[in-house]
Amino acid sequence: MGKIQLTRVRKSFGEVDVIPGIDLTIEDGEFVVFVGPSGCGKSTLLRLIAGLEDTTSGSIEIDGRDATNLPPARRGLAMVFQSYALYPHMTVRKNIAFPLKMAGMDKAEQDARVERAAKVLNLTNYLDRRPGQLSGGQRQRVAIGRAIVREPAAFLFDEPLSNLDAALRVGMRQEISELHQSLKTTMIYVTHDQVEAMTMADKIVVLNAGRIEQVGAPLELYNHPKNLFVAGFIGSPRMNFIEGAEAAKHDAHTIGIRPEHIAVGEGPWEGVVGLSEHLGSDSFLKVAVEGIGPLTVRAPGEVHARHGDRIRLAPAGKIHRFDKNGLAL
Amino acid sequence: MSTQSSRLAARMMVAPSVVLLLIWMIVPLAMTLYYSFRFYRLLSPDRTGWTGFTNYVWFFDSPDFWLALFNTLALVGGVLVITVVLGILIALLIDQPVKGQGALRILVIAPFFVMPPVAASIWENLFMHPQNGLFSAIARGFGAQPILFLEQYPMWSVIGIVSWEWLPFATLILLTALQSLSSEQLEAAEMDGAGPFARFRHIILPHLTRAITVVILIQTIFLLGIFGEIFTTTQGGPGSASTTLPYMIFKQAIAAKDIGRAAAGGIIAVILANIVAYFLMRGLGRNLDA
Repeated sequence: MGKIQLTRVRKSFGEVDVIPGIDLTIEDGEFVVFVGPSGCGKSTLLRLIAGLEDTTSGSIEIDGRDATNLPPARRGLAMVFQSYALYPHMTVRKNIAFPLKMAGMDKAEQDARVERAAKVLNLTNYLDRRPGQLSGGQRQRVAIGRAIVREPAAFLFDEPLSNLDAALRVGMRQEISELHQSLKTTMIYVTHDQVEAMTMADKIVVLNAGRIEQVGAPLELYNHPKNLFVAGFIGSPRMNFIEGAEAAKHDAHTIGIRPEHIAVGEGPWEGVVGLSEHLGSDSFLKVAVEGIGPLTVRAPGEVHARHGDRIRLAPAGKIHRFDKNGLAL
Repeated sequence: MSTQSSRLAARMMVAPSVVLLLIWMIVPLAMTLYYSFRFYRLLSPDRTGWTGFTNYVWFFDSPDFWLALFNTLALVGGVLVITVVLGILIALLIDQPVKGQGALRILVIAPFFVMPPVAASIWENLFMHPQNGLFSAIARGFGAQPILFLEQYPMWSVIGIVSWEWLPFATLILLTALQSLSSEQLEAAEMDGAGPFARFRHIILPHLTRAITVVILIQTIFLLGIFGEIFTTTQGGPGSASTTLPYMIFKQAIAAKDIGRAAAGGIIAVILANIVAYFLMRGLGRNLDA
């Protein structure tokens, strides 16, 4: 029960149009990730859905009901903030029970729900501690616990993992994905990290300067980016773009080739290795190719190329073609 | 950082100031204690000698003393309640984004810079005066008899004047505390279904407890010694209706020229301050821990 429909949603702060107009449908039970560079309006869009900001024009429907002017509490959504926004003076138990208490639920039911949420999130032993006594990952789980006890129509996550260290982030990513599998509730997740987007999403919404650049499944965006922006944003390291004569050979203004789609060894391109990063499983090489410019190459395993070496490269995968306006051909 | 030699060095460095502070505190206290057991009247300087507890007994036997004690506590309590409650409300108000916020805040803080006797004179002559005062003009405007503030409600008037002076201090401290509250917490509470009053009760007020504690502790220290406002307005009267402990000590020392009694009153005031401090720290001290 969490279909969300945005129709020509516009948001401006004074003169500045942060979001010039967005149409988007989020199906019930979907895991949707808003991704984009900082300042692209993804957090603002999430806050518009949450009701923490007023929409300048357009409408937001939740469950087929117009929610454009509803206060946040009556939209039936729960949000997990970047800073977790736990209440520091309350114990974990009281934090999780707070939305239930505000809803006037009776004490026994509150306790039962808190216990259940704590069990799911492995917080049972921490219920009587205060947020200040918890680690980052535990705080994150309390914030999620506070969201799930309300049994909302949809969860909103605002960059929830950005304050965690790398190892914990991978773990929490899996936990959130598993939570989505078991709850089957709509989740909207904002991040600037495209790895999070690729691994968790059913559907990714790529935003740039307040506009939707492309909506689609992760691999669809990876394989068929609609334009230069999406092509450059999805995939790590980012796609190489080549203009000029080499592009003209493929009948395009610009061609794009992903670093993992370039083979080292024999081939038509020759260049000098600049930076080389050896990760063990992969090697990243920056190669200054004559007549083309710098290319990033991702070669599997160990490649024995050092700074200053001359190597030959060949395209070995899909070449993306774009026209003058940056749209895919 | 804390090797044995560095600790020793630290103690050596701190020692002079500690010793100085100790002398600074002990000498006046010891002298007051000494005089409080002496017969020492400036009007009959030739008659001196030890009198035991006579000076103290005089205070406890005086009906004015108990009234002064009550007045002192009423002044402290009354001003604390008014400044904390109004301080929170004003802080909430001026925390809202408005045009000319900077100027507004300076205006709110301004009364704190007015010296106590000046403030008291302003209130006495411009607001509470039965003929020229603003309040009497308003009362007459409604066809009512002007209220004789300093005669009929002397203690309330003093509490009002002192509250006006201390309100900016409370507001300032509470405002800064309010500004340190993360907006995400308020938004989270809003998402959780908390209305404005619930947000105030469950999020804002708990966040302010430490600031409120600081306001109460600091103000108590200063309010126990309030003197200038009473001296300028009611002179402790009518009768002894607005006499506080400091004012009573002043009357013994300056009006009656009895140094022994004044010193005994001073010691009683010190004991009272310590009792108040003890209960305050017991009741509020834990708010100051992280």
